[in-house]
Amino acid sequence: MTLFGWGVLKGMGVTLKNFLTSYFRKPDEGGIFTVQYPEEREKPVENYRNFPFLVYDGTPEKIRCVACGICERECPPKCIHIEMELDAAGKPARKPAVFDIDHGLCMNCGMCEEVCPFDSIFMDHAFEVTAPERQKNLVRHKKELSKSNEYFKKIRPALASAVDQKRKAAEEKKKAAVPPPPPQSAGGQAQTTAQGPQ
Amino acid sequence: MLEINFGPQHPSTHGVFRMTVQLEGEKICGLKPVFGYLHRNHEQIAENLPYAAIMPYTDRLDYVNALANNFGYALTVEKLAGLEVPERAEYIRVIMAELSRVVNHVTVIGFMLNDLGAFFTPLLYAFRERERILDLFEAVTGSRLMNNYFCFGGVKRDLTNADLAAIRKIVSRFPAFLEEFEALLTKNEILCMRCQNIGVLSGKAATNAGITGPVLRASGVNYDIRKVDGYGVYGRFDFKVPLGQKGDVYDRFYVRVLEIRESLKILDQALTQIPQGEIMNKRSPSILKIPRNFKPPVGEAYGRVESPKGELGFYVVSDGTPQPWRYHVRAPSLINLTVLEEMCLGQKIADAIIILGSIDIVLGETDR
Repeated sequence: MTLFGWGVLKGMGVTLKNFLTSYFRKPDEGGIFTVQYPEEREKPVENYRNFPFLVYDGTPEKIRCVACGICERECPPKCIHIEMELDAAGKPARKPAVFDIDHGLCMNCGMCEEVCPFDSIFMDHAFEVTAPERQKNLVRHKKELSKSNEYFKKIRPALASAVDQKRKAAEEKKKAAVPPPPPQSAGGQAQTTAQGPQ
Repeated sequence: MLEINFGPQHPSTHGVFRMTVQLEGEKICGLKPVFGYLHRNHEQIAENLPYAAIMPYTDRLDYVNALANNFGYALTVEKLAGLEVPERAEYIRVIMAELSRVVNHVTVIGFMLNDLGAFFTPLLYAFRERERILDLFEAVTGSRLMNNYFCFGGVKRDLTNADLAAIRKIVSRFPAFLEEFEALLTKNEILCMRCQNIGVLSGKAATNAGITGPVLRASGVNYDIRKVDGYGVYGRFDFKVPLGQKGDVYDRFYVRVLEIRESLKILDQALTQIPQGEIMNKRSPSILKIPRNFKPPVGEAYGRVESPKGELGFYVVSDGTPQPWRYHVRAPSLINLTVLEEMCLGQKIADAIIILGSIDIVLGETDR
């Protein structure tokens, strides 16, 4: 039979110990590991995913997305809207004219990244996305969503380099399979002019 | 007699839950749980989505431990489609599910003590440890809470050696934290006086009402689906099922502490046994990159896991199309709530709060 109240005193000892040791213990040994957010920031881990973005190589015109619409169909909350760009002849240019993502709807599941066969949509590290108006500011358009491959390499180095290698290998394979490029482009032009008047 | 409404905006109801309580003085003589304030049409949404796209929605059922929900749903669809899971993936699943059980139990103990009036000191100690596990979840799965990590026939990312080392570090440090936590709480006279012989639920009443999980085991009934079904690779691990004696609030608290210890034991064994190899079945829709073309054969399947709250079951009926024809969730929180009145009758109104806290409900799962 222990003294009544001994458990309470022991518990208070624990809290006192924690209070004192929090000043000199290291963060991962039971010390304080919170950061004062707006002034101090922790670097997000590489796998962290929050909101999708579109990757372009070099200039924003060379966007990787071909507007195939797979992510639009697979997106669980249906927050993606894509419209194909048409060239002068009215044929699909394999480029998005409109690419909107509603950040108010997106639930950061990463499905678009998983299904994209062209390595063009990836999950971002953006977490400061507050905006004054939901309809105006939270629907992000193509211009705001497009980010360079350098940015992608900066936030997710391992994945970006793996994707780059894969793309390079695929390009070389394509080059090896189709050796003469000039006749192909001429044929393509002839086709468009032939189909133009229709 | 006085009838008062507890909630839905009351801070101790863990969300938007309402109890209509009939009081005589301070004594409860009737209690009606009212839920549905967080109804999000989960099942109907799922019936209009391809199978793989339901996975992120299951995260939102029990948002404290999303990985257990992922596990249950993945298990059900694998049963339906006859997909095998590679060995390494099975071990990764067990490791992640047990870590999320630890997260859930420290959270629920912390919040239960918050309800008791031990404002935030135990809760923040618990959250300090929880934060380490959540950081690991973020590094592995990409998100702290909404993990979306499992897929049919495996898991989405492999655990690297650095991740395994991080898990080993967490597991080796955790017992010291539990010792401290128990020194703070287990023998504390105030906690004992508030919790012992409060909200007693007999084993017979619990089995009659279909209660599962720690609430059932605190009443002394030995029923753990990890032991009964041995799903995944749980059959290979050596662990005990902690049982309570009286079935009061204190037993429910203490069974959870013991369960954390057993989870750490499982984690220890899984970390030493984990083999090298594939993490995903070659026929998995995630590898094939065509989630919409994944059509399980016509049939039905019921898969269940021991979620930290009880038996979490998924019932899926397939008619051969990309969407399930019927999708139902057997949520442990909802079923465990049915005995709330029985436990509360004759108790004081202040005890109703800790009885509710000791059942461990999550409204995302209750209302779906």
